Amino acid sequence: MSSRDVVLARVRRALTDVPRAAGPEETAVPRDYLRAHGDRSAEDTARLLAENLADYRAVVHDTHAAGLPGLLAHLLGERGSRSVVVPPGLPPEWLADCDIEVVPDAPETTPDALDAIDSVVTGCAVAIAETGTIVLDAGPDQGRRRITLVPDHHICVVRVPEQVVASVPQALARLAPGHPLTWISGPSATSDIELDRVEGVHGPRTLEVVLMTP
Amino acid sequence: MSVTDLGMPAFPAAAARSTRDTRLRANLRHATHTIRDKRARAVGELGDWAQLRAAGRAVKDRTLRHLDHYLERLEEAVTAAGGQVHWAADAAEANRIVTRLVRATGEREVVKVKSMATQEIGLNEALAEAGISAYETDLAELIVQLGKDRPSHILVPAIHRNRAEIRDIFRSEMGDWGRPAPDGLSDRPAELAEAARLHLREKFLRAKVGISGANFMVAETGTLVVVESEGNGRMCLTLPETLISVVGIEKVVPTWQDLEVFLQLLPRSSTAERMNPYTSMWTGTTDGDGPQTFHLVLLDNGRTDTLADTVGRQALRCIRCSACLNVCPVYERAGGHAYGSAYPGPIGAILTPQLRGTASELDASLPYASSLCGACYEVCPVAIDIPEVLVHLRERVVEGGKVTRGGVKTVIRPAKGHAAERAAMRAAGFAFGRPGLLRAGQRLAARTRKLHPRRLPGPGRAWTDTRDLPPVPAESFRDWWQRTRGGEQGGGRQESGQ
Ligand code: SF4
Repeated sequence: MSSRDVVLARVRRALTDVPRAAGPEETAVPRDYLRAHGDRSAEDTARLLAENLADYRAVVHDTHAAGLPGLLAHLLGERGSRSVVVPPGLPPEWLADCDIEVVPDAPETTPDALDAIDSVVTGCAVAIAETGTIVLDAGPDQGRRRITLVPDHHICVVRVPEQVVASVPQALARLAPGHPLTWISGPSATSDIELDRVEGVHGPRTLEVVLMTP
Repeated sequence: MSVTDLGMPAFPAAAARSTRDTRLRANLRHATHTIRDKRARAVGELGDWAQLRAAGRAVKDRTLRHLDHYLERLEEAVTAAGGQVHWAADAAEANRIVTRLVRATGEREVVKVKSMATQEIGLNEALAEAGISAYETDLAELIVQLGKDRPSHILVPAIHRNRAEIRDIFRSEMGDWGRPAPDGLSDRPAELAEAARLHLREKFLRAKVGISGANFMVAETGTLVVVESEGNGRMCLTLPETLISVVGIEKVVPTWQDLEVFLQLLPRSSTAERMNPYTSMWTGTTDGDGPQTFHLVLLDNGRTDTLADTVGRQALRCIRCSACLNVCPVYERAGGHAYGSAYPGPIGAILTPQLRGTASELDASLPYASSLCGACYEVCPVAIDIPEVLVHLRERVVEGGKVTRGGVKTVIRPAKGHAAERAAMRAAGFAFGRPGLLRAGQRLAARTRKLHPRRLPGPGRAWTDTRDLPPVPAESFRDWWQRTRGGEQGGGRQESGQ
């Protein structure tokens, strides 16, 4: 007998008290929890997102679409970044005002090469106001998971209001499980040393989120 | 250190030693109180916590009651998404499988995400025997590994170490494993974290094999979920060419939608955050993004034996949030090492003796490592009735009875040579020797009277067979004393009971 058969047989023997005929439905799951906590306008939801992002030490900026290239150039310049990696589907006009090296990510880009790059700019799939979370789903304007991990500075652009949801249940309903997903709530942090919070252990030490209205 | 812990002292002896360690007790007290206060605030933000908790409990119960069904769905989905699924009946088999998979890559080192399952089976030691170095990359796990130590808390495994000790460990040990600690390293947490960043980054960038556990596996989609803070998890899950995840079979949840329950319950209950900094979800492999080879090792190792016990089964609902540790008056004093397994605290006291059986003195003593105050049940996000299982296991230790071991139904005898009485009496002595603990236990016991049996379980049963156990008074004697005569005793801490 394979171990698969052994384990499954043990499971079945262990569950002789459970009625088999009814199937899993015999255990009811109450779903009377809330779909969102509070009833907010789109504007208030975006404000809550900004507040919760900031509470977890992300740096939050507001802009209109027309102001985005100027803002990104300013943020990268202010930090002294000399190079920025971008996913293949990032709208080229976003970086139109930057005069630093723009490195398009490609599967051949090694972790070592990424380690030498200062910043990364991406879009996102959805942002969750109640928790202050941005979710990346490896879509064309977000790229491979590693590009938002290895460089020390991540700027993420959220399209407001269409990419903002209130809650975790609303976010999951929008996401496709087949894609690799990365949920980010503030920059990398640890509390392992006497519970003192320290930002930036392995992931980017600085997370800037740009809330972009049309 | 082997997880089987041969020669580990039974809980009371180990606890007696750790409670004499005043520095350890101070660290623990500070840590558990800080986390538990923050947690109460984070939970308070959600008006539907009770409903989420009921849903979490029900989803897990549904899964456990039809575990074969969901494991088969999961296997199909993971395989369809490009992953390979392996089954391990016990720790030895899981270690053999992982060793074989690492060897097949030709690599001699792996990077690891913090994982309770791999600690439980002693994977690092098994790999070391096969000549493979396994690097722990979670900061706390790194501290534990470099210090040749054992974890003492589920969430913050190095909770028993203070910053000066951590600096000393980094200074003396880092060089043996890779990049040494920077010269003049101080004990500031930010500097220590930076030293870990530099030390580990060179390992992440060259790693070809990553090993992880998972917090959840979705049967419907084949998606695995890892929840973390530092980004070391993301490094291990995305940079290597091969990823091997060792996951207990109870970690499966039926549907994608079910994650909405657990991604709300877990972070708030665990780190007291609205959401932890990073959550990674992957489904098999993705072309050009992340590991191109993915192995899932499904681990039994006593879980099906636990499943066979209709009272104890609920322990498998655990999502390892560690909230029960932080509220437990016994854990606070004894520390995590006293429990002698990867799972400390109240959950360890019911999970370990079920996964391993109660044959050893340590495992037989664990169900007594509690004052039955009920705080662990109240705080548990999936409503595991830990006191109920503790009482049930005490009865098993003392009276023996029908159990399943290694998948085989068997009848165990009462604990030999009065080991249980010894365990119980020593545990009682441990509690009664510490007025603070007894006070906390009694006071909470008074509030949870409904939970208490009218007859003592375990070694007390013969005694109560012929006597009625006095009911737990509505107000404990000590509370009454404090209320009526409080403050008269010099040095007695004034606790308001009014
Ligand atoms: S038993 Fe409950 S409270 Fe304790 S770690 Fe598990 S889920 Fe958390």
